[in-house]
Amino acid sequence: MKEYKYIGKPEIRIDGKEKVSGAAIYTDDINFGPDLLYAFIVESPYAHAMINSIDTSEAEKHPEVLAVVTGKDFPYKFGLYMQDRFIFAQDRVRFIGEQVAAVVARNPKAAKKAAKLVKVDYTEIPAVIDQMEAIKEGSDLLHEDLENYDHVPWFFPKPKTNIAHWRKIRKGETQKGFDEADYILEDTYDVPRYAHCAIEYHAATGLYDKSGRLTIWASSQSPHTQRHLFAEALKPLGFTHKDVRVIAPHVGGGFGSKAGVTMEILAAAIATKVQGHPVRIMWSREQEFYNTYQRLGVKTFLKIGVKKNGRITALDHKIYWDAGAYVEYGANVVNAVGLSAIGPYNIQNASIDSVCVYTNLPPGGAYRGFGYSEFLFGLESHMTRIAKHLGIDTIEIRRVNAIREGDKTAYGANMNPNGLLKAIDAVEKEIEWHKEYKSSDPNKVIGKGFSLLWKAPAMPPNASSSCFLKFNEDASINLLVSGMDIGQGYLTVMAQIAAEVLGVPPSKIRTENPDTDRNPYEWQTVASHITWGSGNAVKKAALNAREQIFDLVVRTKHLPKDSLYLEDEKVKCTQNPNFELPLREFVIAGIQMSDGTFKGGPILGKGTFLPEFSTAKSNPETGQGGHPNVHYTTGAAAMLLEIDKQTGKMKVLKAVEAIDAGKALNPDLVKGQIIGGLVQGLATVLYEDMRYGDKGKLLNPNFTDYKIPTAKDIPEKIVPIIIEVPQPDGPFGARGVGEHTMLPAAPMVANAVADALDVRIKSMPVTAEKIVLAYLEKKNNRMLK
Amino acid sequence: MKKISINLNGEVRYIYVEPNDVLLDVLRDKLGIKSPKSGCERGDCGACAVLIDGKSVRSCLVLAIEVDGQEITTIEGLSKNGLTPLQESFIEHNAFQCGFCAPGVTISATELLNKNPQPNREEIQEAIAGNLCRCTGYESIIEAIEKIAKK
Repeated sequence: MKEYKYIGKPEIRIDGKEKVSGAAIYTDDINFGPDLLYAFIVESPYAHAMINSIDTSEAEKHPEVLAVVTGKDFPYKFGLYMQDRFIFAQDRVRFIGEQVAAVVARNPKAAKKAAKLVKVDYTEIPAVIDQMEAIKEGSDLLHEDLENYDHVPWFFPKPKTNIAHWRKIRKGETQKGFDEADYILEDTYDVPRYAHCAIEYHAATGLYDKSGRLTIWASSQSPHTQRHLFAEALKPLGFTHKDVRVIAPHVGGGFGSKAGVTMEILAAAIATKVQGHPVRIMWSREQEFYNTYQRLGVKTFLKIGVKKNGRITALDHKIYWDAGAYVEYGANVVNAVGLSAIGPYNIQNASIDSVCVYTNLPPGGAYRGFGYSEFLFGLESHMTRIAKHLGIDTIEIRRVNAIREGDKTAYGANMNPNGLLKAIDAVEKEIEWHKEYKSSDPNKVIGKGFSLLWKAPAMPPNASSSCFLKFNEDASINLLVSGMDIGQGYLTVMAQIAAEVLGVPPSKIRTENPDTDRNPYEWQTVASHITWGSGNAVKKAALNAREQIFDLVVRTKHLPKDSLYLEDEKVKCTQNPNFELPLREFVIAGIQMSDGTFKGGPILGKGTFLPEFSTAKSNPETGQGGHPNVHYTTGAAAMLLEIDKQTGKMKVLKAVEAIDAGKALNPDLVKGQIIGGLVQGLATVLYEDMRYGDKGKLLNPNFTDYKIPTAKDIPEKIVPIIIEVPQPDGPFGARGVGEHTMLPAAPMVANAVADALDVRIKSMPVTAEKIVLAYLEKKNNRMLK
Repeated sequence: MKKISINLNGEVRYIYVEPNDVLLDVLRDKLGIKSPKSGCERGDCGACAVLIDGKSVRSCLVLAIEVDGQEITTIEGLSKNGLTPLQESFIEHNAFQCGFCAPGVTISATELLNKNPQPNREEIQEAIAGNLCRCTGYESIIEAIEKIAKK
């Protein structure tokens, strides 16, 4: 293993001082002065209704109101993967909270007051809020002209149904595989919707200035993608991409909720109606819950066949997604899971149907894990149940089936190098799996839970990254990139990559949040791909700068190029130990020759990265033939769960998670991801519980009724373990870990409950109430026998 | 409109407020103090916590007229003469990720350490239980405070 100077070291976060001192600026912290206007959105009270008329006359009369806009002002569609959404509702609303109109006023109170004066006349039509109802023959349709929607070529909508996309995988001979099985387990699992709960709201301020420039400041994971979608949607107004600018300050948590475009497009559109004035929109906590992306709900039907030794012979996974009213982003979650729902296993015969279903609930979208948490709940519960039935150790059955490098994925590509088996070993050892655990309290039992995890970045095959790197007079560096540090430490790690290549300490490198006018293109900060993709671009930019430096030294000092290297902010030479040329002497000013002239000039590095081997082209009926996923990150986790038999109350005594990061560029940040992600995952299974009324209204859109963990609700002990099996095409071997950390939490809890009390909970969340009821039922049945 | 005075981070400030003006909004919009954040509007999340006469209070639940004549400290005030050991410890332990909850957490932890310079783990968890963090899983925050407590 090469010894690096800055890579693999726990470098201090470069945004640390800003964030602990109050200096960090988030979107709503920017001061726009006394001319700032405020927009308040009029939302649909119905899950499904036709809009007969909108009367804005009363609102317009309000003395402090400058503008009232409706769908008539913006008959424009947008959508990242599927163009099924209008900026404002046109003739129909499809979920409670959908934007129908907006009122712009001098102050927020006036805007809110005047919004109440907008009169919308609706005719309610039947709503479908359950995906299994929505796919039935004759169900009311949400999108009657689905066949006319533009979408990416790898989506397969079914016109005249509520099915927006259907991803099929047919690998090997599934029926034959089941025929060969000694044991088949078939069951269904339910996972409800979840909310991201970033502590910062969505916020966006738009300014359409008098020169015709449209600037949007937004809390965003996707500044360039947002600029693209704004420019495309508003093209009829005469905008081109160069006229649109997105500035993304610090982001107070994303988790997928600030990926793509949700409310930000309202700021862009409304700004065009109040030219010259900045206009601000900020969601409330309630709107955060019901009017941004949510995690999709899902019902899975899983059938797995195995031999007596635990070897899987066939898998049939049918996955029905409640994707909400618009699936412009969420349909890609469905697609990603369709490609990967065999889990981290080597399975020769597999059939997967991942079905994206429109419902009259808020649009589903990206959420940390991108659908993998949802199918792993069922799959990893299933694996433990099968092991128990066969009398095989629950870890052993995973070892037997674990996917190895070179094995074929569900779509027929080769699995990348990975440390899955190492992760299994590490977790087994740390949790002391074969030890008997007994509670000192007779009312309590301790269960052990185990789960594997895997995930690939879900992204188009041409998702690209880029970087400009510029030296300053003192050889300090500004890195211009457009990924977002949503907390994971991106800005710091990019600096470490450049530092390692150029021999300049990270403390002398500044990486800033992007402005699409100044910073080069980045697709989005999603898919846990940013360290890998943007990291590759940064490394290439640094190598490009190094090349320029060496060329100049060769040209002026006449040293062989292959003898030069960079260290301690100097150019050094292997052939001449006395040669030392400090970077600060020439990276801007150039090198002076004996005749007084200068050679060189400012050193500017440039790097771009696009995974040129990736393709989404495949047979739509089998999913075979493409290479849609660039690689998978794998890992394993286990826990000790103490349960009170009388109340069902649970306490996590210890949780262990091992993830194969390829190369942990900053181990402290990776550990931070593991702990934070695992707690967020545990929250979805132990605490969070999204409740909808039968009319499609979210009943608990606040932190009082939708519980996320506090400092008192965390496991007594979490042990993060980093595995490093390098990713050949990653920067220094790195691959992403951000989302993966959440994935094993839910099945691990369900498996620990089953281990402790021999009851199997097949729907999330796994609450104390569910456990006690199941346990009592089991006890009563035993007594009746 | 009523004129009030507050001692804000060591400086006396006079402002006119409406009876229904919320302290958080006044701090952010009228006084230019941006570290307290709005995260729930109902006292659930603690992102808006400030010290009022040394006590950690959620500024979204306080009316500005209620603090007339009182002393308010935000993290801008804590770091007026350089970062405090607690803030340094936060950096050292990565006790934040997105950073949005960091101001509120810092305020709660400051109050705790002022009252009880050597809290144990449980007392630390109790003290910051009113500050929601979605990124860190709290472990690094607890460690950062523990380190100061041990000094």
